[in-house]
Amino acid sequence: MESILEKLLEAVEFGKVDQKSPFPPQLRGQDGSRELTGKAIETGIAPQQILEQALIPAMEKVGMKFTENKIFVPQMLMSAKAMGASMVQLKPFFASGEIKTRGTFIIGTVKGDLHDIGKNLVSMMIEGGGWSIIDLGVDVGSERFIEAIENNPGAVVGLSALLTTTMINMNEIVARIKGEKPGTQVLIGGAPVNADFCRKIGADFYAPGPQQAIEYLSKLA
Amino acid sequence: MFGVAPKPVKTRRGLEIGGGQVYAELNFTLPVMSINDNTLTHVYEHYREIAEGALERALHLNSKGVVLEFETLLEMTKTPSIGVEIIKIMNGICEDYFQKYGLMSEIRLTPNDLREFERPAKQRSSKLLEPMMELFERGMLAGGDLLSIESTGGKEVSDEALMMCDIKRVVFALAVLGVRDMQFLWQKIVSLANMHGKIAAGDSACGFGNTAMVLAEKKYIPKVFAALVRVISVVRSIVAIEEGATGPDKDCAYEGPFLKAIAGIPISMEGKTAACAHLSPIGNIASACADLWSNESVQNIKLLSGMAPTAYLEQLEYDVRLMNEARHAGKTHRHILQQLMVASDVYTDPQALVLSPENVIRISKQLVKGDSYVANARNGALATLDIIEEALGSGKMQLPEMETAYIPILRDDLNSIPDSESSFTEMMMPLLDQSKFILTEYGL
Repeated sequence: MESILEKLLEAVEFGKVDQKSPFPPQLRGQDGSRELTGKAIETGIAPQQILEQALIPAMEKVGMKFTENKIFVPQMLMSAKAMGASMVQLKPFFASGEIKTRGTFIIGTVKGDLHDIGKNLVSMMIEGGGWSIIDLGVDVGSERFIEAIENNPGAVVGLSALLTTTMINMNEIVARIKGEKPGTQVLIGGAPVNADFCRKIGADFYAPGPQQAIEYLSKLA
Repeated sequence: MFGVAPKPVKTRRGLEIGGGQVYAELNFTLPVMSINDNTLTHVYEHYREIAEGALERALHLNSKGVVLEFETLLEMTKTPSIGVEIIKIMNGICEDYFQKYGLMSEIRLTPNDLREFERPAKQRSSKLLEPMMELFERGMLAGGDLLSIESTGGKEVSDEALMMCDIKRVVFALAVLGVRDMQFLWQKIVSLANMHGKIAAGDSACGFGNTAMVLAEKKYIPKVFAALVRVISVVRSIVAIEEGATGPDKDCAYEGPFLKAIAGIPISMEGKTAACAHLSPIGNIASACADLWSNESVQNIKLLSGMAPTAYLEQLEYDVRLMNEARHAGKTHRHILQQLMVASDVYTDPQALVLSPENVIRISKQLVKGDSYVANARNGALATLDIIEEALGSGKMQLPEMETAYIPILRDDLNSIPDSESSFTEMMMPLLDQSKFILTEYGL
């Protein structure tokens, strides 16, 4: 039983999606996360255990390696893909309530801004950390954030902006969220923002990078 | 060589870009503020302050001439009258300094590519083209003589390709989709410019090559990969020239030296003086072939010395003064200065390595020898890998194993690209997320 979970952890850590996949070279020909997850479920390992003892620890390792500049984003994306191949099989267990995620994270690039590379990276890493992601995309105004919070009570919200001229839109969005959905935690990120700006607009946390966002969410979960 | 291009461009107020003199190109933007009816007066005042501060300082420093790049913010392109008013204000100041003091200056007008707002992008049929072209036309008539844009055709495919280090997808985005969009867009821009006697200057693969560079600086993707993206972007950017653009191309087009080598146009470049906007590994080498020397973008905020655009104009002016002194001192001196610019950066990063004049020429030969944009992109990228491997093999450049591990993977991927665009497209289509782009919007 432990062996399957260990192998699954390794598959996700190194981005081995399935047996056919040539990546990574050192795991060529071996079962990937798709096969290993199937085997884990068949042998009666609890889905929550699969999530907490294989998938989440694997992505934590990946996140740390990325933060320490030991891997690039493509390797991280392959790990996310491997985790995705596993999560597809765990989906029915989420739906039935047998597995609980750590929480829901709503994320979007703010109104007037189309940049999404950073946002997508953060989404992927937070999902890897066991959170359910609602990605609103780009050019998102306050109405859509409010609607998403209404549909997902208790969710944490993340705002992203890459331009000095669009970061200002975070002001109105945060004010509206705090006014209409008090108690909602709001994180901000993006090249032009900083901790001072975060305090000024009344957001709860400024995340300089994806890893800091995950660490903050871990404290909330 | 800096300051001289085979086909210099002469402007309305007398700048001869690439005619033997390097000029400063100041690029600026607003501080953090909203742009709406209530703030417009304040917005206009900012641009007035920027232009007056810059030209007054240029005069004080005995500048031979300045380009002011007005890179619009979204609201200014969506509502062209805002952009036009700003140009009028700045042009009035430029004309004033020209008439009173003989200080030559021009405005480069760079509207936003609003088509990025729609996903999937409707590159040809989007209604967002209307305000863009309106701003080009009314803006040039108001005094924006040099026309540029950072167009984004193909970006809906390339963004993900960058994050995955998928070089084949990058080639598809730039050499199949990007070139078509450039043909479409630059036919329009050149036509407008010619109609009104203005200068269709050039584009920039900023959203491709510079995005890759910034991601590499953050250590998200390998520098080796970013260097290939830079080279492949030449194939896309040169289409503006094929359609009639004359240069000077955009400051953030770090592929400029290749365009100069191939087409002889003058180029604008930025390097260390762009640190106000983004960091880069090419601070000195970027000036090696520059005809305009830029700072990318600086907000109009107060520094200890004065307003930031004025301070940056001074930095640029001192740099160009040094380059022009070297030019006037003779061939030996300008070559020594260029060699120092190159030597200080060339082996520190693959993205700097590809910008040495010697490597630009070597790669450029490969970028033009094929029968298709796809073949040229592939050949240029393969030549780049050869150069990188030679530098590593000689010990002149060092890269960590996590970088060099990508070289054989990238080479294999590039070698799998056929010469013919149709064969390449057929190969790529099953691998692409076709919900992300509309083929007919690229004329396919």
